[in-house]
Amino acid sequence: MAKLGVSIGELKMKNPVMTASGTFGYGEEYSDFIDLARIGGITVKGTTLHERKGNVYPRMAETPSGMLNAVGLQNKGVDYFANTIYPRIKDIDTNIIVNVSGSTIEDYVRTAEIINELDKIPAIELNISCPNVKQGGMAFGVTAKGAAEVVKAVRSAYKKTLIVKLSPNVTDVTEIARAAEESGADSVSLINTILGMAIHADTRRPVLSTVTGGLSGPAVKPVALRMVWQVFNSVKIPVVGLGGIMNWRDAIEFILAGASAIQIGTANFIDPAVTVKVVTGINDYLEKYKIDSVSELVGALEVY
Amino acid sequence: MKKCLLDLTVKENIKLNDTNVLLKLTSQTMLPDMFPGQFAEIRVDGSPTTFLRRPISINYVNKELNEVWFLVQMVGDGTKQLAHAKEGDIMNVILPLGNSFTIPESISEKLLLVGGGVGTAPMLFLGEQLSRKGFKPTFLLGAGVRKGLLQLDNFAAYGEVYTTTEDGSYGEKGYVTQHPVLNSIHFDRIYTCGPKPMMMAVAKYARSNNIWCEVSLENTMACGIGACLCCVENTIEGHICVCTEGPVFNMNKLLWLS
Repeated sequence: MAKLGVSIGELKMKNPVMTASGTFGYGEEYSDFIDLARIGGITVKGTTLHERKGNVYPRMAETPSGMLNAVGLQNKGVDYFANTIYPRIKDIDTNIIVNVSGSTIEDYVRTAEIINELDKIPAIELNISCPNVKQGGMAFGVTAKGAAEVVKAVRSAYKKTLIVKLSPNVTDVTEIARAAEESGADSVSLINTILGMAIHADTRRPVLSTVTGGLSGPAVKPVALRMVWQVFNSVKIPVVGLGGIMNWRDAIEFILAGASAIQIGTANFIDPAVTVKVVTGINDYLEKYKIDSVSELVGALEVY
Repeated sequence: MKKCLLDLTVKENIKLNDTNVLLKLTSQTMLPDMFPGQFAEIRVDGSPTTFLRRPISINYVNKELNEVWFLVQMVGDGTKQLAHAKEGDIMNVILPLGNSFTIPESISEKLLLVGGGVGTAPMLFLGEQLSRKGFKPTFLLGAGVRKGLLQLDNFAAYGEVYTTTEDGSYGEKGYVTQHPVLNSIHFDRIYTCGPKPMMMAVAKYARSNNIWCEVSLENTMACGIGACLCCVENTIEGHICVCTEGPVFNMNKLLWLS
């Protein structure tokens, strides 16, 4: 067995495989298929201060090699999470990370404060990149100034590991990543979905109720790899890579591009057992090439 | 109920008409218990334009033969690929998913099962289970044209079968809601699955005649297990997942008629 353990700030994980927010529910949804304790970390559904009903149906459009979603952060609010969901999932033997979203800086801060009190949540992922809500979300994530403001405010309120999830819908992702780092983020995760659109030729209407939505799946992988590589070369904090990872080979590619850990999202919909297969695949890869620890591979891309 | 991720083997692929096939799948291990109204998420292999699994209703379960049947209507590339499966092919399937139709306590109740097009699929399994428990269900099956009526012989084994076609090529001409059986028998419960306009018309009929009614929805979905929140229906309880809280809903829970 090679050494699969990795650290993201203070967060210690048994392996670099995490799940992406919004694709894995609260973990429980997948417990029939896999032993959740075999995953390095579970990032639960985006959580906001108050309940959000989400966008109206239809919220999903399948695309070649991917899908668009416009769920719109449907969740019952942070108090419901803390009181009802947290007690059910807190003893799963993995890192439970809460994805935190909001419309105002005050909302983000208040939500982070409530999560901070939950002993068995070692980290939050600050979502400043959701493309599917009208107010906030991505608005903070598309300018360095906006990112800096919200990250600074949450940093002063939240004492544990702070991961900031970045949007790909920007001109220069490294600028936002540096702003997050300078404002106290322990890590950045990228990419969130890419803004896209689908149209029914016959009905002449958009497929999604919101017209536009976020693209995920293998279609976005090359964009995600490029951005992870750029950010890895721009910041000192660890990078969490995601975007279209379907198997262990994709995961290794992200690690070579500079990801200290990776997240699996949309692939869970096709294969609910994919996460543990990726863990096994990474281990086999390390053994095959006689690499002692996965951390040796981080950013080990050999450029021409 | 535990969900299973299984590699099933295609035992038979029967072409029912130009656009529908019946897939009979079997497993090397014993298939889990399944109930009428539940569905499976079938992985589509080998279609470059298809990414997600396809949610397909459970059409029938034969416990003795360890078989599960699926009716597949060829709509897009994904279902076309599934419909081209050959005997011996492996299909990766997640099942059983979702809730199921409510089976009444008293076998004296008069039950009407209304199906439209490929939406008749879960009605066969429901009819068989009802018949096995001592009910005498009545089937009302509709389609656009005669060849769109599927599995009529199978249905006939479990109860009276009435049919409609829009062009009048078989059974009564018109829609299911225009069939005279609705006037000649007073039904206690109606179960329906099919195109949304048909189900809405059936639900409206049930509401105006004060009849209990369950409908089966087919909102487009990604995961099928309540994780992605894509398939939500707006109900009296807000946005809830069709894949886990449904696909079967009592019409009173929906906002269709309000």
